[in-house]
Amino acid sequence: MRRREAIEAITGCFKEGYIIACNGFISRELFNLNDRPQNFYVLGSMGLPPAIGLGVALAKPDKRIIVVSGDGNQLMSLGTLATIGRMSPKNFIEVVLDNECYETTGGQETSSSSVKFHELALSSGFKRSEYVDSLDKLVTALSKSLRSEGPIFIHAKIDKEKTSPPRAQIDPLRTKGKFMKALAGS
Amino acid sequence: MDSKEFCGLLKENGFDFFCGVPCSVLGLIIKYLSYNKDFQYVPATREDEALGITVGAYMGGKKPVVLMQNSGLGNSIDALTSLVLLYRFPVLLIISWRGYREKGFPEHSLMGEQMQGFLKTMNIPAIVLSKNRMPKQIADADRMMKKLGAPVALVLKKGIVE
Repeated sequence: MRRREAIEAITGCFKEGYIIACNGFISRELFNLNDRPQNFYVLGSMGLPPAIGLGVALAKPDKRIIVVSGDGNQLMSLGTLATIGRMSPKNFIEVVLDNECYETTGGQETSSSSVKFHELALSSGFKRSEYVDSLDKLVTALSKSLRSEGPIFIHAKIDKEKTSPPRAQIDPLRTKGKFMKALAGS
Repeated sequence: MDSKEFCGLLKENGFDFFCGVPCSVLGLIIKYLSYNKDFQYVPATREDEALGITVGAYMGGKKPVVLMQNSGLGNSIDALTSLVLLYRFPVLLIISWRGYREKGFPEHSLMGEQMQGFLKTMNIPAIVLSKNRMPKQIADADRMMKKLGAPVALVLKKGIVE
């Protein structure tokens, strides 16, 4: 599964959802594919997207919050799995796109090849957790998550890419303003 | 001042979402926030995580506070510079001042001496809380955050809130 396909599946499934995207290629790809007010791009702060998503989910229990992270980002925030498990927001979904490398910085290996993120999430208190290794399985897992109570975790293996997504001109204040307006409005 | 009064002051100023990592100096405040139904407290695993959570809560309409020991300021520098300050989130920071005229805890000495310098370098205003001026100091911090659209730190020494 390509990163692009995975992100298209996520935005396609959660048309009404609010997406927190991690720094690097995941934010860039999402911005280029489907920039919309309900996307919050985390330009820096590697490891914090799940925390940000948890905060939004707790403050807005009637909105569905989806965090999209890479494996490098997720490895930085393993502790946050425990906080999410404890707070247990029903409206929280986390998808980790795992290509076993820091692709944004040139493809250096992460330590994710030996980590079962979905099992960590489940033992941390997530209500559902799945491992998927194909686009079909991801689409099925995403649509199941629409009908289930969270917190939900999806660990998706994706391919390493040969090319980089184009740079995205993301303005932090504009991103924040649009996202907050969307959250408050609809 | 006791923890109940202190938390009451924060509530009077509209703060309604609390998150952090404990310190002995903040211990009673965090206990009060955790066990009192009028308050929402989220225990974070790290101080930068607490900043992430409060930023999310702010975007969802809350008026958040992060409580941390000054050692946690070290864990928080990237979260402050690349998230809270970059996107201009008015999060109130309550930072306990370990290493202030304190002997026998070498792990707190350097941060205790340099904390105000670190905050100043990041352009985060810091107000050292004093027993008899606290209501005004908290209201001032709130006003400054509104004006700046950025975080302000309240620095808490041992023995000020019990």
